[in-house]
Amino acid sequence: MRFVLKRHYNEDIKLFRYRSTFFWYLGLVIGCFLLPLVLSSYFISLLSFICIYSIVSVGLMLLTGYTGQISLGHAAFFAIGAYTSSILTKTGLPFLLAFPTAGLLAAIVGIIIGLPALRLSGLYLAIVTMAFSFIVEEIILRCESLTRGNLGMMVGPPSIGTLSFDTEKSFFYLALIFLIFTLLTAKNILRSPTGRAFSAIRDSEVAAQAMGISLPKYKVLAFVISAFFTGIAGSLFAHKMTFINPESFTIAVSIEFMAMIIIGGLGSLQGAVLGAIFVILLPQLIVLTKYYVGSIPSIQAGFESGLYGLMIILFILFEPMGIYGRWRKVKFYFELFPLYKKDTFRRERKYYKMQRQ
Amino acid sequence: MSYFEAQGISIQFGGLTALNNVSFEVNQGEVFSIIGPNGAGKTTIFNCINRYYDLDKGMFLFRDDDITRVKPHVVAEMGISRTFQNTELFGNTTVLDNLLLGRHRLRRTNILKEALFTQSVRKQEIGNREKAEKIIDFLNLKPYRDRMVAGLPYGIQKIVELGRALAMEPELLLLDEPSSGMSMEETEDMVFWISDIKEQMGVTIIIVEHDMKLVKELSDRVIALSFGVPLTQGSPEEVLNHPEVIKAYLGEKDAFSPA
Amino acid sequence: MEIINEILETTLRGISIGCIYGLVALGFVLIYKATEVFNFAQGEVMMLGAFVGYTLIAIFGFPYWAALLLTILLIGIFGIILERFVLRPLIGEPVFAIVMLTVGLSYFLKNLVPIIPGWGAESYGFKTPFTGRFLRYDQLVLSWENLAIILLTSALVFILICFFRFTRMGIAMRAASQNQLAAVYMGISINKVFSLIWMISAASGAFAGILLAPITFVHFNMGFLGLRALPAAVLGGFKSIPGAIVGGLIIGLTESFAGFYLPAGWKNITPYIILILVLILRPEGLFGIQQKKKV
Repeated sequence: MRFVLKRHYNEDIKLFRYRSTFFWYLGLVIGCFLLPLVLSSYFISLLSFICIYSIVSVGLMLLTGYTGQISLGHAAFFAIGAYTSSILTKTGLPFLLAFPTAGLLAAIVGIIIGLPALRLSGLYLAIVTMAFSFIVEEIILRCESLTRGNLGMMVGPPSIGTLSFDTEKSFFYLALIFLIFTLLTAKNILRSPTGRAFSAIRDSEVAAQAMGISLPKYKVLAFVISAFFTGIAGSLFAHKMTFINPESFTIAVSIEFMAMIIIGGLGSLQGAVLGAIFVILLPQLIVLTKYYVGSIPSIQAGFESGLYGLMIILFILFEPMGIYGRWRKVKFYFELFPLYKKDTFRRERKYYKMQRQ
Repeated sequence: MSYFEAQGISIQFGGLTALNNVSFEVNQGEVFSIIGPNGAGKTTIFNCINRYYDLDKGMFLFRDDDITRVKPHVVAEMGISRTFQNTELFGNTTVLDNLLLGRHRLRRTNILKEALFTQSVRKQEIGNREKAEKIIDFLNLKPYRDRMVAGLPYGIQKIVELGRALAMEPELLLLDEPSSGMSMEETEDMVFWISDIKEQMGVTIIIVEHDMKLVKELSDRVIALSFGVPLTQGSPEEVLNHPEVIKAYLGEKDAFSPA
Repeated sequence: MEIINEILETTLRGISIGCIYGLVALGFVLIYKATEVFNFAQGEVMMLGAFVGYTLIAIFGFPYWAALLLTILLIGIFGIILERFVLRPLIGEPVFAIVMLTVGLSYFLKNLVPIIPGWGAESYGFKTPFTGRFLRYDQLVLSWENLAIILLTSALVFILICFFRFTRMGIAMRAASQNQLAAVYMGISINKVFSLIWMISAASGAFAGILLAPITFVHFNMGFLGLRALPAAVLGGFKSIPGAIVGGLIIGLTESFAGFYLPAGWKNITPYIILILVLILRPEGLFGIQQKKKV
């Protein structure tokens, strides 16, 4: 087991605890940049989606994993980001301006959706966010003059100045850079007073208030930041798909987002990315198994939702810390070897706790 | 003009009158205790100061500011901090993070600066950690510094909660039964710490307590309540020997001999 | 005269769909009242009830009333199984986990249906004693399907009210929902109570499914209506059984009139607007009581 001797306060605040971690992540980033050289464009496309979904996942993780506010309506922010960016680029606004606007618009809507969060929590908040999502979906459908409703919209690839990101490779690099910025920003927020305030709200609202944390301000802030990231991801999504319609932003998509952070593991940024990887790759696995096992005729495209549902159930029942949690448990086992005790991570038997007294 | 004042505060929950026209004053730099049998309304007073409940009647004055109706977090921003009877700690974070959270009201950075983690944010973080370390030293929390709060023994959790309340650099500290659930040694430590806080840090303290020994040793003045009604106020000797107080705790007849 | 007929018919449709919402909302409320768990999958339970009913009636040829009772029984047992294996391990875990679990469950069940042999992704129908029969009075045409829904729902609600008020088990369940620890001390088996609550809730859902089938036809997206029942449960306040039914009626009527008199699309979002307004202005619903955590 390694021990870190810290001599300066700076070392406590550093991004990475061990020197080696920094080099691992650096290697990972370099590896990501090199990947398109060896992979076919189909896989590069998948990687782009992973990046886009990871950004959403980070946003949602900040809101739900760290601040404890459930949102079943993130597809709405995704949609707002996508449509805003599409409409703006169509009217000639450059991508460099369109995508932040998309994020900002989503953030503003985030304020609106965040307001009910001030008085509601847990279950009721989940319901309200879901209701908002329906309403936004319906609005997008009906504003046909802007969004062309059910017919959908065509979108051009993103371009910065004279650079047009219209190949899989170039788009992937763009998405990757977005993701890295998102992760760095999120990490900075998390190690600063705001990030601590978020976890405080999750753990004990009463104590948070007693420490001077304004619940309204920080809850809405969490929604705003989360919506901003999701909106930007939506913008990227629109430019990647080059065609969007309301079908891509239903409640099933919100559930997919939730599945990402649960499967990845609540409470960590690594979990956010891992969850996104899992959720994007799962349909590919299904396709592969169908190929080998022989197709069962009645499996629909919609079955993915069912599978996400099953994954959520299994993870909550058996591995609540998610994939990242399992990874850390495995690492812990090896660090402690041969002194690891079998029941180190056993969940204590809980008895029924009534929320109301 | 007194430092902190409660004027005629009353609150009812349904048919139950928790506080009935309670008034008291606290002078700067003193330790003021609130005692009374269970159900007397002592923690309710704290909950009202913290704005967890709304008073039905009366008001609170802090340095001549009316804080009866302010938002809960504003109370903390004004320098009033508290501990809770059943610890309300942030279970999923470390002891150090809990203390750092206590320093929230003193932050000078905003979200944009923090997202970019500028130099000012970094300097603030280092400053926060220095202060937090001082508190850890003061309360002997060094062995527990990086451990998750949820797994710590109850006595240590109470100390962490005291530390978190101190991290705010409060002007007025509300301690809700600081010695409940603590052993003799831990209670003695608590007495030393509280008197250090009073003398070295100049903090005004209001304590809700059941442990009469602690009350006698630490308090400058005491108020006794029973079922929300104030019985008497004064020095510890006066209050603890008052017949009404003895009656409220023990019933008639038996003599109450402070240990 | 025309207008009155129109209004009456719209009202009847509204009440009957309101009954369905009320039944689903009832399923939500029953479970929430007793266990503080919110079963997002209630709509899917209703859908399964419709499918089982369809199987019994259209494939195996059971008569309607026998199929109805058998479906209720089978789905009730399914409810008990759900409780035992999916919910009981999660007792005491944070609300978020349980919410997500039932959300996941609802999506899993919904997408499971197309795979099961004999079922599929299409719409199915079956004959009931009420199909195609109408009550006519002058110009007024009321369909027997709607009337049957209203009558049968009332019957079920009446039975449930009697159960909770007059039988020992019903009283025990009410006790357990108010103070679990005290109920245990009084010798009430909490496990049995939970199982029974889930059984009743699932059975009500299945009942709603079969009643609804003639109107919307049986398909795997039927559970979507379960989500429409959410505003009903919220409106009634999550802890009140009559509240669920009343909430359902209000939502049903609002939706029916909105569909008739407002432009397209409003019908879909009006229930949700009501839901948001209720949660913002009066979160405890019409019949609920506000409660606060004790510090």
